[in-house]
Amino acid sequence: MYNEKVVDHFNNPRNVGDLPDADAVGETGSFKCGDTMKLYIKVKDERIVDVSFQTYGCGAAIASSSMLTEIVKGKTLDEAMQVTNQDVAEQLGGLPPLKLHCSNLAADALHNAIAEYRKKQEVAGKG
Amino acid sequence: MNSREVYMDHGATTPVREEVLEAMLPFFKEQYGNPSSVHSKGREVRNAVEEAREKTASALGASPGEIYFTSGGTESNNIVLRGAAKKHEGFGHIITSAIEHHAVLDVCRDLEKEGHRVTFLPVDKYGRLDPSTVEDAITPETFIISIMAANNEIGTLQPLEEIGAIAAKHNIMFHTDAVQVVGQLPVDLKKMQVDFLSLSAHKFNGPKGVGALYKRKGIKIDPLYRGGGQEGKLRPGTENVPGVIGLARALELSVEEIPHKINTLQSLRDKLIEGLLKIDEVVLNGHPEERLPGNVNVSFKYIEGEAILLSLDMEGIAASSGSACSSGSLDPSHVLSAIGLDHQTAHGSVRFSLGRGNSETDIDYVLEKVPAVVDRLRRISPIRRSG
Repeated sequence: MYNEKVVDHFNNPRNVGDLPDADAVGETGSFKCGDTMKLYIKVKDERIVDVSFQTYGCGAAIASSSMLTEIVKGKTLDEAMQVTNQDVAEQLGGLPPLKLHCSNLAADALHNAIAEYRKKQEVAGKG
Repeated sequence: MNSREVYMDHGATTPVREEVLEAMLPFFKEQYGNPSSVHSKGREVRNAVEEAREKTASALGASPGEIYFTSGGTESNNIVLRGAAKKHEGFGHIITSAIEHHAVLDVCRDLEKEGHRVTFLPVDKYGRLDPSTVEDAITPETFIISIMAANNEIGTLQPLEEIGAIAAKHNIMFHTDAVQVVGQLPVDLKKMQVDFLSLSAHKFNGPKGVGALYKRKGIKIDPLYRGGGQEGKLRPGTENVPGVIGLARALELSVEEIPHKINTLQSLRDKLIEGLLKIDEVVLNGHPEERLPGNVNVSFKYIEGEAILLSLDMEGIAASSGSACSSGSLDPSHVLSAIGLDHQTAHGSVRFSLGRGNSETDIDYVLEKVPAVVDRLRRISPIRRSG
């Protein structure tokens, strides 16, 4: 059902866990299927220098989360905002059609994390 | 890939046993005649099909004339429910349960759309139906009651004898989808007072694509198909001869072995349940005692079923799940929802269904592998126990 790359990311997920000194955390969930993802980012000079995730979900959801962390590590926040759920699925070499919605969490969590980071920066700038 | 293979998905399907395959093979080769033909090539096959019908009937305590061969459980269920509705004059009322297999549930939903009224009875937290709710649901328009013998996901057995007595008292037709029970537990048609019973060969080490319907003598329903008049015109079409031969042989063997098999499977089942419940935050789904001898269904909290299945598969263990992601739909299983599980607990469900060939070593192997799988996935999960 899943290709080797997906299975590899599921079995050996990259960047798992929380980041104790994260600058922002993005959370997202699918009410319908119940999947939940938390994405932690550490930012330096507008660049994602570290990233990690925690995911509750199926194989596709876990593999997508892992792949996303690989894609965005080292990217600037602007570049990271351009990453789509489709990019994640493509980098994984494709997902079964029924499983595409499971991969939709990853980029959403990332965008939420970046939005949170920017909001924090804004508040800090004003203060 | 792991070299060890532990198959614990017998509720999905079972391997064809050697004796069954051997019995079937001649009917692919030299005994290829059409049972409806007049010549000897046909007549010898007719005799074999009728012998298979007799064996099937005797394994169930029925008469040969009450056995109709079909393509499986789904077709048997459709023939009964749609056939009874077709025979019924005007729109009537059907009583069934909320946890039926889709081959009953979805037929009932269709009949509802077509104008019949359907009551989907709720079950308790173990998946048991209260027979008094059946009696309370009966109306003058009720023409059929359809209740499964045992649930395919959680293994809960239904009080069929009590429901059968109620149906008989009110003179309403009674059907049971016994796909999960036939060949696993003794079936007593008289005690259950059923008018129809569906069964499927591949659930008891027979071939796929063949099943049977028991229809009590004298009970009338309309056929869904028209054709050459085979199977008492109820299921026309040239017989699946090798399949029918395989079904009868598999049924004969599995029914013979029931007394011995029940104890073996139950003790393996209970050992597996006991071991799994030792893991933190695991709950048993279904009834603790009134369950199929080979059914184990548990929910692992904070992790998702499909991810568990994939991880188990890497260890060579085959199981199934009622999670949304393993079903291909977005919703968790209707059975787990009907017994009151919240979405998350339903998503973390895994069914291990034991059968012929499973041994104590298999149970030990599964119990050795599962804790690590659960631990790994819980480490990935953001959901933590509260408090």
